[in-house]
Amino acid sequence: MNNYLKEIFNGLKSLVIGLKVTMTTMLTKSTTIEWPREAAPIPERFRGHIMLRKNEETGLSKCIACGSCVRACPSNCIQVKGAKPEGAKKKAPILFQLDFTKCSLCGLCVESCPVDAITFSRNYALAGPSSEPFATMNLLAGLASPFREESNEL
Amino acid sequence: MNEISILRSLLTIVGVSVAIGLNAVFVVWLERKVAGHMQYRLGPTEVGPKGLLQTVADGLKLVSKQIIFPSAADKPIFALAPIICLVPVFVAILPVPFSDTLQGHELDIGLLLVIALGLLNTLGILMAGWGSDNKYALLGASRAIAQICAYKIPLLLCILPVIMLSGSFSLRGIVNAQDPVWYAVYQPVAFFIYIIAITMETNRSPFDFAEAESELVAGFHTEYSGMAFSLFFLAEYSYMFLASAIASILFLGGWHGPFLPGVVWMLLKIYFFLCLMMWFRWTFPRVRVDQMLNFGWKILLPFSLLNFLITAGVMAIL
Amino acid sequence: MFDSQENSTYQLEPVEDNQFVLNLGPQHPGTHGVLRVILHMDGEYILTADPVLGYGHRMQEKIAENMPYTQILPYMARMDYLAALSFNQAWVCVVEKMCGYEVPRRAEYIRVLTTELNRISSHYLWFGAFLLDLGAFTPFLHAFADREMILDLLEEVTGSRLTYCYFRFGGVSSDVDDSFLQGVQDFVEHMRSHLKTYHELVTGNVIFQMRTKDVGVILPFDTWGYGLSGPVLRGSGEKYDVRISEPYSIYPELDFEIPVERDGDCLARYMVRMREVEESLNIIQQTLDKMPDGPVRSKVPKIIKPPAGEACMAVETPRGELMIHVVSDGTKVPYRVRYRVPSFGNLSVFSRLAKGQLLADALAVLGSLDLVIPEVDR
Repeated sequence: MNNYLKEIFNGLKSLVIGLKVTMTTMLTKSTTIEWPREAAPIPERFRGHIMLRKNEETGLSKCIACGSCVRACPSNCIQVKGAKPEGAKKKAPILFQLDFTKCSLCGLCVESCPVDAITFSRNYALAGPSSEPFATMNLLAGLASPFREESNEL
Repeated sequence: MNEISILRSLLTIVGVSVAIGLNAVFVVWLERKVAGHMQYRLGPTEVGPKGLLQTVADGLKLVSKQIIFPSAADKPIFALAPIICLVPVFVAILPVPFSDTLQGHELDIGLLLVIALGLLNTLGILMAGWGSDNKYALLGASRAIAQICAYKIPLLLCILPVIMLSGSFSLRGIVNAQDPVWYAVYQPVAFFIYIIAITMETNRSPFDFAEAESELVAGFHTEYSGMAFSLFFLAEYSYMFLASAIASILFLGGWHGPFLPGVVWMLLKIYFFLCLMMWFRWTFPRVRVDQMLNFGWKILLPFSLLNFLITAGVMAIL
Repeated sequence: MFDSQENSTYQLEPVEDNQFVLNLGPQHPGTHGVLRVILHMDGEYILTADPVLGYGHRMQEKIAENMPYTQILPYMARMDYLAALSFNQAWVCVVEKMCGYEVPRRAEYIRVLTTELNRISSHYLWFGAFLLDLGAFTPFLHAFADREMILDLLEEVTGSRLTYCYFRFGGVSSDVDDSFLQGVQDFVEHMRSHLKTYHELVTGNVIFQMRTKDVGVILPFDTWGYGLSGPVLRGSGEKYDVRISEPYSIYPELDFEIPVERDGDCLARYMVRMREVEESLNIIQQTLDKMPDGPVRSKVPKIIKPPAGEACMAVETPRGELMIHVVSDGTKVPYRVRYRVPSFGNLSVFSRLAKGQLLADALAVLGSLDLVIPEVDR
């Protein structure tokens, strides 16, 4: 009988302790970030889709169309075609296409690049009604504008 | 029947429907807010000020959805089940006095009516479980049936001392009998057990195994969609409202209270109980069916019986 | 367990009167993924339970036979998405072992630090999911609020939040900075004080105790036979942890304990994991204190061609022992890769544990095994 009452008392006590925890939580501030009304912090090394770095002198990409990123990619999601412009010493890409629907953001292409031409964007607000624009992301055009960090803001 | 009584009946019907609808909208919003803040979240914020209209938006979405009948379902039973669940609340709320003047219909046996109609909820759950032709739904329904005796008997044994003290089956009479001192003071054990029992009666966590979602997907309403699904929710929140109203009438003196008008006191007390049930739900894990039955028969029943006998003994001596 | 080779469709055993077959999954809130369990039930009691595997089969081992060693790395995170870094570590370690690459000490410390953070986040997700199986919603989000801090920290250093691809052969892909180390220090201090609320909210709770105590008891003589490992094994009183028994990386230099519980029930497995969180905090604190300076990546060739031969490497993931066996024929793709994953062994004991249990208990047991289904199916 004594045990029976003791068990009930201890059980009730544990329930009250639990209730206290939830009540304390209720009175503390919530951790929600009300995106998009507030900006969510993005770390420096955030891995968005890859993008090409600009060569500040020429205004074109740094890419030399060597194709090491194509070989490094485990998912075959990069297509590069290069051509030598007239009078130039190095090859330059005429097509640099990323199939972002296949990309696993592993970063092997970024590390494999001998001229450091590829980097991660910090663009996370990527959503669209069809997969088409993401399956054929033209990174050469992206140099100029469409996928950039500003698109994170609504 | 004269014109005034017809008008009165019409007003009552409209009033009860509006009250139940508004209450469900508000309580669902409140529940989501409470749950959110207990989990470091905010709950709904987008639709309307502070997300108040979120439930309305959800309700509209549910109404516009198709009600899917499973091909092997027992169609009449399947279709009737949510209605059987909901309609008794409309009747049971009639004798509940919300203030000295605000009452649907005064009945001498109001309490009996409420208790009797409260049982129909389980019938609705059984019909839903049986009619769906779904094993999960059937398991959920069988659990609801198994639990019914385990909470109903302690519940009634907690109400009996109140009836003995007040000498009345009328809810109005019970409120008036506890004018200076609430019965919660005279009957703390009955009050406590009553709170647990109504948590069981309304299928709320930690006793929500009729719809235990991690085990039975959605329990008895697994196969329901659209409006039929939302009727179950409306019924659940209306039962919570009804059970809380009865609890505040039986133990917290109904509409009695200083300064504020009676109906405000009554609503405050009702929402106190509702918040308490939400607090339980968002804190505790679910108990197992057999553990709940053990709890009902081995702990609630002896204590409520003892409480009843002691009350009877003391009253006989005095 | 169901053998698919003999009959292509599952033949149901004849069902007697008053019994029925319940198909738990592949879509069911209690199975945490695409696991299907065929239950023969008598009322609420389970007579037999047959897990049906393969809904998430992705041919990871076959894919690995057609990939250069470097490119297999991102696939590791897709097996056990909750402990991606442990899988990362197993793969880089086994290749380093084959090729004999040196790993700088700072890189080893960073590996251990991040893996232990990953272990805590995995255990927190399990904590939440297990409580969800028991019907409590709030602990899930309490655990997630703290797990979010770990994800933020790991995102800062690895760039991703869940499927990390951070370790490289001969080191890690990038160095950590002081703000990260400070963040980890703050997290450790926060967690040490905050872990108490977990125990107040859940461990002491009488309903939780009733639901988990003496439920799903794994007896000690079952443990090795079923190939159990990790907290499931240690919950049954076996003191086996790869970090101690076959030490790798810098674990021998660190001072930590292996939590062991004797009861073998759900509560014991719960307690083991909760105590492991404390031990992981302990390990993280030590790596922070001892973190050496220096490079984080040694020079390794671009195209990796291990000498012909084989290598085997086991690491301790949050779920148990992960072993990778690689056979190389001297070319740049492996000849054969074999993963021995912990969840597969842990799942195999489920049929035995579920027999004769109530449905509610069986789901508690399933939750307590901490299964990640893509890892089982590979």
